[in-house]
Amino acid sequence: MSETTAQEMPERPEVARIRERFPDAVREVITFRGDTWVILNKQYLPDVCRFLRDEPELSYRFLSDIVGIDQLGRRQPRFEIVYNLYSFRTFTRLFLKVCVDEGETVPSLTGVYPGANFPEREVYDMFGIVFEGHPDLRRILMPDDWVGHPLRKDFPLGGEEVVFDQGTLGPSIAEVQTPHPGESFFGKTGLSSRE
Amino acid sequence: MSITPEQMEILPGAAEGSMVINMGPQHPSTHGVLRLVVELDGETIVDVVPHIGYLHTGIEKTCEYEQYQKCIPLVERMDYLSAMNNSLAFVLSVEKLLDIEVPPRGVWMRMIFSELQRIASHLVWLGTHALDIGAMTPFFYCFRERERILDMFEHLSGVRMFPSWIQVGGWRADMPEGLLEKIAKFVEEFPARVDDYEGLLTENPIWIERTRNIGIITADECIALGINGPILRGSGYAFDLRKANPYLYYDQVEFDIPTGTVGDVYDRFLVRVEEMRQAARIVKQCIERIPEGPVSSEDRKVVPPPREELDNSMESLIHHFKLWTEGFRPPEGEAYVPIEGPKGEIGYYVVSDGSNRPWRVKTRPPCFMNLQALPLMSKGHMVADIVAIIGSIDIVLGEIDR
Repeated sequence: MSETTAQEMPERPEVARIRERFPDAVREVITFRGDTWVILNKQYLPDVCRFLRDEPELSYRFLSDIVGIDQLGRRQPRFEIVYNLYSFRTFTRLFLKVCVDEGETVPSLTGVYPGANFPEREVYDMFGIVFEGHPDLRRILMPDDWVGHPLRKDFPLGGEEVVFDQGTLGPSIAEVQTPHPGESFFGKTGLSSRE
Repeated sequence: MSITPEQMEILPGAAEGSMVINMGPQHPSTHGVLRLVVELDGETIVDVVPHIGYLHTGIEKTCEYEQYQKCIPLVERMDYLSAMNNSLAFVLSVEKLLDIEVPPRGVWMRMIFSELQRIASHLVWLGTHALDIGAMTPFFYCFRERERILDMFEHLSGVRMFPSWIQVGGWRADMPEGLLEKIAKFVEEFPARVDDYEGLLTENPIWIERTRNIGIITADECIALGINGPILRGSGYAFDLRKANPYLYYDQVEFDIPTGTVGDVYDRFLVRVEEMRQAARIVKQCIERIPEGPVSSEDRKVVPPPREELDNSMESLIHHFKLWTEGFRPPEGEAYVPIEGPKGEIGYYVVSDGSNRPWRVKTRPPCFMNLQALPLMSKGHMVADIVAIIGSIDIVLGEIDR
């Protein structure tokens, strides 16, 4: 995301306001195809969001989505979390981003935007990133006892064996063992060495 | 697998003397894949906990292993009632990454079909919502009209529900002979059909009794919970991405944004019904203004050449072969283009690492965010009202459990 640099486009007023209010918060600002990403130090995230939400001329009151990205093999730190904010005053979109490594936590935004509840649970479920302060951080899409986090890059695609295929009669009912999908995953995808 | 006593305690916070019941996954209005754990005091709802994930399809993960143009059939299956809106949102994001333009005829065509898809989606919503509450006739009426829209999709592409006819850079092919007249005839007749549905329901005392002042949510609560689309408009805030951030040529057509006042099930019903009329109005204007010309970009690195060129041009043959084996490579970057879907904002956050496959595709599914409002909307109502409230949220589990 480096081909459009900040010089070609004037910096958005929101970014200048964040810089002015929280001098240490902004790590980097990226613009690409007219959109702006503000990369934040993670401990400032709730404060910056609260500031963006409450400031009358900014009024970023709408959290549209939270995106988790696993950058395994591309960048350090490994995980990026993108917060997609929308302002009902200026009708513009601003992307905030925090970067964390394996085992690090991110402050939860549920206190600022109640709607962050489901998307944060989804990012936790799919990537295993813990949101500190989330009131009810449980898996949302996978079963509670599922092992692993499916959208990580080192989690392989597939993994369920097809029991009945064409051309054979298939095993008898007595032979079919149907363990829980989460349990059946290991030993079938060549990843049995993972804990 | 045995169940321990701890696992059976589904709602740890349930008060003494209240009853906890499970609605679904078999309940008709939850379409087989949503389970609601409902805590009841008598027949009054104290709390609702939605459990989702029965359908987890892994579409986002699969997209990481497919070339960009081969993701389009996949993303259409997210919300199987508005397939074209989903592929449009995905394609717009990829086009933003690539920075290519679609010729005017292609853009007008996209507007026509995304509005027809909106009507089709709302028709399924209205039919099943009314059926859930007990009115059977609207179901047959709505599916009759939806059938005509699906016929048009079939005429366009040969496929009824998942056309995959939108491609990056435009369309796979132009509309066949006679389709535009068919659409024009449909949108001419359709508003009278909407009057029929309204005649059955809007003033119907049973319908009013079941929907008015049920599931009230204010605009502020909607915004706090990340909800837009018809629910936010039903609560009285006239916000529509087609007006606020116009994409395609929505700034060149005239249409109104219907809004409600109370924010109950009845208001959301009226908003969506009026939206169907407005969609027909938009399609009518598109048909008047659609120009002749190509429907796809001329960029041979992204859009495959037309069939006729393959016989004469070696260059075209190479482009064709390269495109279907290797695909195209957007520059490294991230893009997100939201569109106003039938249920709210649909957007695809596409991360490119410079290869021919997306590094990450993340949907912004409107239903996923909208479902968060269910506990807030249902508290204090009767257990039968949950059915009406779920219907008014208009959920499609396919896009909730990606």
